[in-house]
Amino acid sequence: MPHTSIFTIRNLSAVFQNDNGGLCALENISFDVKPREFVCVLGPSGSGKTTLLRILAGLIPPTSGSFTFGRGEEPSIGMVFQQATLMPWRTVTENIKLPLEVKKIDEAVARKKTKEMIELVGLTGFEDSLPRDLSGGMAQRVAIARALIHDPDLLLLDEPFASLDAMTRERMWTELSNIWQARQKTVIMVTHSINESLFLADRVLVLTQRPGKIKMDMEVDLPRPRKDEIRYTSRFGKLAKRLRGAIE
Amino acid sequence: MTKRFIPILLSLLAFLLGWDLLTRFSGIPNFILPSPLSVWTRFLKAMSDGSLPRHTAITLTEIVLGLIVGVLFATVVGYMLAKSRSLEKVLSPYLVASQAIPVIAIAPLLVIWLGDGILSKVVICALIVFFPVLVNTIVGVRAVPTALYDLMNSLHASRAQILWKVEAPASLPVFLGGLRIGATLSVIGAIVGELVDAESGLGFLLQLGDFQYDTPMVFVAVFTLIALALMLYGIVRMLENKFLKWQS
Ligand SMILES: Nc1ncnc2c1ncn2[C@@H]1O[C@H](COP(=O)(O)OP(=O)(O)OP(=O)(O)O)[C@@H](O)[C@H]1O
Ligand SMILES: [Mg+2]
Repeated sequence: MPHTSIFTIRNLSAVFQNDNGGLCALENISFDVKPREFVCVLGPSGSGKTTLLRILAGLIPPTSGSFTFGRGEEPSIGMVFQQATLMPWRTVTENIKLPLEVKKIDEAVARKKTKEMIELVGLTGFEDSLPRDLSGGMAQRVAIARALIHDPDLLLLDEPFASLDAMTRERMWTELSNIWQARQKTVIMVTHSINESLFLADRVLVLTQRPGKIKMDMEVDLPRPRKDEIRYTSRFGKLAKRLRGAIE
Repeated sequence: MTKRFIPILLSLLAFLLGWDLLTRFSGIPNFILPSPLSVWTRFLKAMSDGSLPRHTAITLTEIVLGLIVGVLFATVVGYMLAKSRSLEKVLSPYLVASQAIPVIAIAPLLVIWLGDGILSKVVICALIVFFPVLVNTIVGVRAVPTALYDLMNSLHASRAQILWKVEAPASLPVFLGGLRIGATLSVIGAIVGELVDAESGLGFLLQLGDFQYDTPMVFVAVFTLIALALMLYGIVRMLENKFLKWQS
């Protein structure tokens, strides 16, 4: 069965104007994403990972190249930024509810969904806290809940788990894995962690040092659901070794 | 709560005592420096014959109307200037020039143009309120974190949603700071207008007392003005306490 891709990215380049002519952040990026595929993007700092997500989210136009989602419609997007990006005047509940407000969802429904999301990310008891009273990891969990609440077609995650402790991070991996499998979303996630990408992804893209080009496009053919023990299998070790080789 | 007022009360008492002693033992005649008691007696008389409430009501009307007009214009123009650098480039020389002219200098002109009624005072008041609110609106809107725009754009939020859910709450602290200055200045605006030419208002009362060597009346008018300014300041502080709880 031939998989038609849901997301086609063709020859994307991004050049930022600066004093010495322009800084090329991305060069000639092309890849296809299948429906419901989980793609991880790895690469050294400054290789243009955030820039790539910002282009795909429609926040900045690419300097050249194109990308199409589905048959050209605007996908509903859930985005987790590298920094939590919460509204300091809104409580945890109000921050998580924001996408439903923007989409003008009925208030009672929104309340109920928000409550579910708060439980999912383990913030029960902090519903009415303000962002200034949250730890970095808690703030990031609010941002994750906010990205998922409106059931978006496309999830764009920029190192969403970087500021979490190891325990919470691994729980969030499992949760994200479950959500992704249950809701069948297309996910593009930037990460610095090889383990994380192998635990979650169907495919890993590795970008080169600036300007970012695709250095490697690797299928992760590990069976699902992936449990913690999978890290000790030889297949996992082999894939991890290939990634490590590509990153250095 | 009550503890906060004790020092204020004490300093007030000390002030009154010092004033009283000065009038008693310095030999300054009553028409130059009236005693606290004679001012109080004059106050009661002005209250009972209805002149003080009537003139206060007129000045307060001018102030409130002037504030509303000034703040409304300043907010709308400020928002537009904050959003458009080119508009700011075109308009800012005029705005700065308008600020270089003391309102006192153009007040007589405005009274000639607009008559000696309430309208000229409202306009003078609005002019004096305009600038601080304008500047703070611009600063406030410009300081909205770009990350929050990214968030709203990733959700395909409308311009109106961005205005009401991000720009308004994010710029409110700086805006209210401008309003606080504007509210106190508005009292000056109304009085300047009334001193030029008026048939009523506290400025008129003040001038009347001056002509008639009714110095206690002048004092009553001045204290009423101080009370008005303090009240307006207090209202803005109340708004700040109510809406900026998330800040402290
Ligand atoms: N708005 C911008 N204006 C100018 N230069 C930019 C802008 N955004 C990013 N860059 C530059 O583009 C390059 C790639 O930045 P980007 O944030 O995409 O990297 P990254 O891969 O996400 O890095 P990290 O892993 O540290 O988050 C960097 O050199 C950065 O300085
Ligand atoms: Mg980044």
